[in-house]
Amino acid sequence: MGKAAIVGVAQTKYERRKKDQIFADLVFDVTREALADAGMTIDDIESVVTVSNDFFDGRTISGMAVGDACGGQDKNISTVSGDGTFGAFYGLMRVLSGFRTTLVVAHYKGSEGSVPVTTNGMFDPLFHRLLGVDAVSSAALQANVYMNRHGVTEEEIAAVSVKNHGNALNNPYAQVPLRITVADVMASRKIADPLKLLDCCPVSDGAAAVIIADEETAKRGGRRPAWVKGVAHCCEDYLLGDRDLADPAALRAAAAKAYAMAGIEDPLSEIDVMEVLEPFSYMEPLWLEGLGVCRPGEGASLVERGVTTMDGRLPVNPSGGALSANPILVAGLARLVEAVLQVRGEAGARQIKGAKTALAHGFNGPCGQSHCVWIVGAEG
Amino acid sequence: MTDWLREVEPLTLKGQIAVPYTWWAGDTASRFFTALRDEGKILGTRCPECRKVFVPARRSCSRCFVEMDQWVELPPEGVVEAFTIVRYAHPIQPAEPPFAYVLVKLDGADVSFLHIVKKDLQDLGVGRRVRAVFKEKRDGHILDIDAFEPVGEH
Amino acid sequence: MGRRVAIVGTGQTYHKSHRPDVTSREMIREAVVAALADADLTIKDIDAVVIGNMDHFESINYVDTYSVEGSGAFMKPVMKVSTGGTTGSTVAIAAYYHVASGLFDRVLAVGFEKNSESDTTAAIITCSDPVWDRFSYSGAIPSLATEATAYMEKYGATQEDAAMVGERDRGHALNNPYAHLRRPLTVADIMASPMLAYPIKLGDICPRSDGACAVILAADGIAQKIASRPAWFKAVSVRHTYTWFGDSTDYNKGLVSLQRASREAYAQAGIKNPVEEIDVAELYLPYTWAGLKWIEDLGFCGPGEAARFVGDGNTHMGGKLPVNPSGGVLSTNCIGATALLRVAEAAIQIMGKGGKRQVPDVKTALATGFGGCFWSDVVILSAVRP
Repeated sequence: MGKAAIVGVAQTKYERRKKDQIFADLVFDVTREALADAGMTIDDIESVVTVSNDFFDGRTISGMAVGDACGGQDKNISTVSGDGTFGAFYGLMRVLSGFRTTLVVAHYKGSEGSVPVTTNGMFDPLFHRLLGVDAVSSAALQANVYMNRHGVTEEEIAAVSVKNHGNALNNPYAQVPLRITVADVMASRKIADPLKLLDCCPVSDGAAAVIIADEETAKRGGRRPAWVKGVAHCCEDYLLGDRDLADPAALRAAAAKAYAMAGIEDPLSEIDVMEVLEPFSYMEPLWLEGLGVCRPGEGASLVERGVTTMDGRLPVNPSGGALSANPILVAGLARLVEAVLQVRGEAGARQIKGAKTALAHGFNGPCGQSHCVWIVGAEG
Repeated sequence: MTDWLREVEPLTLKGQIAVPYTWWAGDTASRFFTALRDEGKILGTRCPECRKVFVPARRSCSRCFVEMDQWVELPPEGVVEAFTIVRYAHPIQPAEPPFAYVLVKLDGADVSFLHIVKKDLQDLGVGRRVRAVFKEKRDGHILDIDAFEPVGEH
Repeated sequence: MGRRVAIVGTGQTYHKSHRPDVTSREMIREAVVAALADADLTIKDIDAVVIGNMDHFESINYVDTYSVEGSGAFMKPVMKVSTGGTTGSTVAIAAYYHVASGLFDRVLAVGFEKNSESDTTAAIITCSDPVWDRFSYSGAIPSLATEATAYMEKYGATQEDAAMVGERDRGHALNNPYAHLRRPLTVADIMASPMLAYPIKLGDICPRSDGACAVILAADGIAQKIASRPAWFKAVSVRHTYTWFGDSTDYNKGLVSLQRASREAYAQAGIKNPVEEIDVAELYLPYTWAGLKWIEDLGFCGPGEAARFVGDGNTHMGGKLPVNPSGGVLSTNCIGATALLRVAEAAIQIMGKGGKRQVPDVKTALATGFGGCFWSDVVILSAVRP
């Protein structure tokens, strides 16, 4: 892979209801902030990728709502309908193809739609739609398979919620910072067994942006590039019953490819911090198994063993993760923004000391059907 | 960001995307749904390459990327591979909570079948045998199976 | 700069108003299987898949994950892009960057739509801003009709002038076994057809179709081994400039997005005189008036000259610059596939696989996409490796 770097990042504060801003306002704000972060003006941007989804926005051609706001006027602009990590992947490909810079911007307002209805739309219209299954109930099925397979307890996954909501206390952008205990999670309202309210992400509004640049542009004075070391994505089968929900095979494949690109053999010792997309608490350990941090079934004990806590060997989701704010599609790009801030040493109170290599992860589809893995580093 | 709220009333506009849809089931799923409706049978298809039996029936094997033309009738009974008891209500749901979603490995199938369980939820568990209960009046869709229910002893 | 990229195979379904025999993903598979056969590859040879449609035509969220069984993306990278009418060209262009980036050697691009499954206008109308535009300036036909009346007013073009474009494209479709509407349509037929929104009559506007298209792209060094005559990308240009319909309707300026995209593409391809240097064009012309006004924007003729240019037969088969040998959008319109079909048909012309619709000795072919808020994409393909 040719050399490229992320040279500018921005995100909004994530909130339950952004009453004062429409999609275009959110996108305009993060575009300007990402440009300022990169020390650029809109004239320095040669290509734009927006990220949105017609279901979530309640609008056909949802990208049309933000073309002006992201400065897409008279530029080569496109729209990825999927998680922001995939949008960024397209942005990277554009830079590797010859654009000096590509702006990638994602927006989402959960407050304006119905999450059960729009996520029910992910399921097969003939076989599954009428069953009313949605993102939450399908995740609960996956949690059941995973926990049953390895004897994972509800308390163990609750510990992920405690950790990530606690980490969010250090993140001014997070929506739901909470000082809670495992007992609080266990006592929270049952949603779909084994998931309880505090095992589930909130509904969020927000936007995020990254600017990807070629080597020459990234090295120009004053920039703080986070170099792209490895990136890959992969998709598995669609119908839930066709998949082994406790084995994230597509994530394993994507991670293997990204690690090979980055020259990483042992992620646990070679990666300093991870930001993974975990809208449900059980997902963090399951994805960490897919990412090869530990063996299958060992993910659930990582918090208790202190591996993934802020002072652990491999802190995971110092930002508080998607459990603390889940603007769908934006949420993956937010993981990438956080990874960039970590390797720049600019993550404020949530900074992992000396972080040089960070991993960011996002996914599309029910129960993590299609995963994208990014590895960024402080050194080129 | 709250100052403006004192000066301007934060208006919203209500809307709904009201597009009617008619999904063609295609020849494969049409055969599946007519067998379900007319004969109370659950049909799957077998991949000629990997020999796996997929249910509900579909035209091609995603793994081998070949057409499947061998039909297999599956018994309306199998083993629970996964379940969740749903505690929240939403109009899209086919039953009043609490009810359960189950992934059932029908006897003879290589993949699991997603459906619901409405009663005897306390008896549910991974490994539990369940059986499909068909509606009396069937219309040719997935809810012609009213639900699955636990059978036999634990 | 990125790697050189070529199209090495194409596949499409037979297009019809209804495909009751297949679901979307089964229909997608037909096009993918055809493209693989055309390139003599198997799905194992494909490194990544790009797919696109418009969500509200089938009401399927995350079509990339829904369609794996048909697209062959099982355990492969798959990315969904969607930009309205331009979706198909957006898919082709995204697939181009997949290969040009050096990250993938062989990429499958898929566009599809099952327009029979929904109410097309009810879905399209939601592209307008819900607060401002959705109540008034909405839907494809009214906005195009406004453009047409402005053109008539400025240049004195008549409804019969526009109808010539319909007669031409529907005539060309008779040569294309895949086309949806394969009955001839004359100027008189179009003039006699019911008025939808003045001056657009039923015969002036595209149909809605069920269908899918798949195109395989490969990198320099690999493309030559797959295809004896690869269709090389010489130019890729995108202008999705506007958000608001009101901003895009300064019709006296013409279709600005197409003017800008085509000029950039000509510069990339080193084309100075498009009519002389382009051998065939597959244009996204969703209604007859576009076949006049937009070829002026492309620089095929001067402003106001299109009626004479088309009337003289320059754009017919055997003319100076044949337009839409496939029959174009007026004959086939499965929306998410429509602009990809333009690129595929341009590639077919370069590869010499056009059968009865083949234009002789094609070295340079141009394809366009149109959609969204008067947006344009331009792709130029060449028989000569750039």
